[in-house]
Amino acid sequence: MSPLSKKNMVFLKDPFMDNNPIATQVLGICSALAVTVQLQTAIVMSIAVIAVVAFSNVLISLIRNKVPSNIRIIVELAIIATLVILVDQVLKAFLYDISKQLSVFVGLIITNCIVLGRAEAFALQNKPWPSFLDGIGNGLGYSMILIVVAFGRELLGSGSLFGYQVIPDAAYAAGYQNMGLMVLAPGAFILLGLIIWVQRTITGTVAD
Amino acid sequence: MASKPRVTKAYTLGFAAAVTMVCSILLASAATLLKERQDQNIEFDIKYNILSVLELIESKDVEAEKIFALYDNSVKTFVVDLDGKLVAGRKAEDVDPKAEPDLLPVYARQDGDEITAYCIPTQGKALWSTVKGYIALEKDLNTIKGITFYSHGETPGLGGEIDKKWFTDAFKGKKILNTDGQIVSVQIIKGKMRSGEKDPQHKVDGISGATLTGNGLNEFIKATLEKYEPYFKTVRREVS
Repeated sequence: MSPLSKKNMVFLKDPFMDNNPIATQVLGICSALAVTVQLQTAIVMSIAVIAVVAFSNVLISLIRNKVPSNIRIIVELAIIATLVILVDQVLKAFLYDISKQLSVFVGLIITNCIVLGRAEAFALQNKPWPSFLDGIGNGLGYSMILIVVAFGRELLGSGSLFGYQVIPDAAYAAGYQNMGLMVLAPGAFILLGLIIWVQRTITGTVAD
Repeated sequence: MASKPRVTKAYTLGFAAAVTMVCSILLASAATLLKERQDQNIEFDIKYNILSVLELIESKDVEAEKIFALYDNSVKTFVVDLDGKLVAGRKAEDVDPKAEPDLLPVYARQDGDEITAYCIPTQGKALWSTVKGYIALEKDLNTIKGITFYSHGETPGLGGEIDKKWFTDAFKGKKILNTDGQIVSVQIIKGKMRSGEKDPQHKVDGISGATLTGNGLNEFIKATLEKYEPYFKTVRREVS
């Protein structure tokens, strides 16, 4: 089977729309609220999550036939925690300012249900390559929502994108005001709700 | 699924030990390899904060070497004790505030031979976390030149706003002494200041939803200023 065959691509694409971890499974909400005030932090967080899900999936898939089932959750968590701490250390060394802004939320990737969820639901039953694609796919699905929410929040809440002001001064002079609600957590809830609504209308998913 | 391993207790223990070993070796080596860079980042951040609160620098988009050079040239550091006396032989950068609470580092801005502003570190408990920052005072040791908080774990969007410019800018120009020369520090009030508020020179706007963080800051800023007061008194006496 070729590495990018149709069957394998499904693992990559499915979590993007039909089975999006945030919008459909409503996983990983906590961090999605916390890091989406600005686009820059959202993107760094996205990359961190993609790396962690992809590599934890591969590693867990590699040892899936060796790991004793009675301690498998602990082993999965140990692997995930190791990867997360590695990511945190790298961020502290190379992107210090952003790592300060992300503060505890990088560490909290450990508790992001998406990572353990994919390890349990997919990597334990599948070969490393599909597991890797599944990890990338789920990471991207999570990132997409994060970035859309951050785009809306930074634009409406601070009038800027990537820290650069995009709403012209003339608009402020004419009485335009930044929406303070968007900077706070409820703003993310509202945007997230709207996104889930749109996404479910398109895919036709109905919650039981 | 492929052949399941025979799960004996020894196998489980061995597996757990192996996983633990691999993970710890990986983490230990990563931490050691990256330590130098991380320490440099922290040093950069601390020196940048001292320079910015002393208004020696405005933007962070400066090379690390320039920050370090500027710091070495324009900041005079020394250590004083609780009685306000100079402690010889100690460097301000090496003082560990936890282990040596009686040693007080001072970072003074030098313009030529003259000291034009003083920066002191402050830290204490806010709502969730230990907040660390710097307070800069003008030459009169009464007017606040600036304040900055560089490390905290308060709620983003609420207490976390303490590191934002709009909040710290409000401290500029506030007075820490009352008309009798007593330390009253600065109070972060609950909500916004109303017109006709009493003693506006000692008060700044609070952050809505973060009153407890503000209370924490009020307490430890005042405690810090009181600790330095004996030293400040000697300086004020010399000047006047």
